[in-house]
Amino acid sequence: MHSCDGVDNGRRQAIKTGSGLGLLGLFAMLGLLPAAALAGIERKAFETNSLNEALDALGGLIAEESTHITLTAPDVAENGALVPVTVESTLTDVEQISILADRNPTMLVAHYTLPEGTDAYLSTRIRMAETSNVIVLVKAGGRFYRASKQVKVTAGGC
Amino acid sequence: MAAPSKIRASLKDGAYVEVRMLMYHDMENGRRKDEAGNLVPAWHITEFRVQHQGRTVLEGQFGPSVSKNPYLVFRFRGANKGDMLSLSWQDNRGDSRVDDAIID
Repeated sequence: MHSCDGVDNGRRQAIKTGSGLGLLGLFAMLGLLPAAALAGIERKAFETNSLNEALDALGGLIAEESTHITLTAPDVAENGALVPVTVESTLTDVEQISILADRNPTMLVAHYTLPEGTDAYLSTRIRMAETSNVIVLVKAGGRFYRASKQVKVTAGGC
Repeated sequence: MAAPSKIRASLKDGAYVEVRMLMYHDMENGRRKDEAGNLVPAWHITEFRVQHQGRTVLEGQFGPSVSKNPYLVFRFRGANKGDMLSLSWQDNRGDSRVDDAIID
């Protein structure tokens, strides 16, 4: 991982000098504050008690199994705290990608919104409490598709 | 204040930008116990956004099942070398960060 030496000190300075406004106010003014209401999902999607509830909260309870989604995760994860997961799809007009783990206390791991011009490709690291399925839900062209893969977890990470 | 995020953005094949980023955050999931046996309260990033010169290129929401120091790679099109990217995040306690990087 490269360090980000190229960061703009000018902006840091701007934040510092703008502190009278309150940081949040300044960020909001700059349009930099992530706003869940804009394109995201309700936070309650992260507080569901079953996989179906989580999928329902995402709007994707009915989703077609798709071979156009490539989900890469290890067969066996020695450390459940750091399970690498990569999602790639050849579906067109991918708008959203959600990653779930069906035996985690919080099944929905992360939800991403992809504007036009962003590839259907994400690679990240998730926590898995125990051996279970990683499920990927992809919304493309207004429809939902899914793929899943079992990961054996030898030391749980939740 | 959390440490600055690490961001590396590179133009590949003159066609797309690959962004690798690491957000420094403990991502406490609310289930871990400290040495005294007390539950450590949940404290994690809830939202992030990446913007390319004011245009959002990726945004996401995290729950407590994202690993400590969230790491993410993604790709987008329509940018040039030298362009500025900004990554912002906020957590469930209202802490936030904004970091910039230049596409190389």
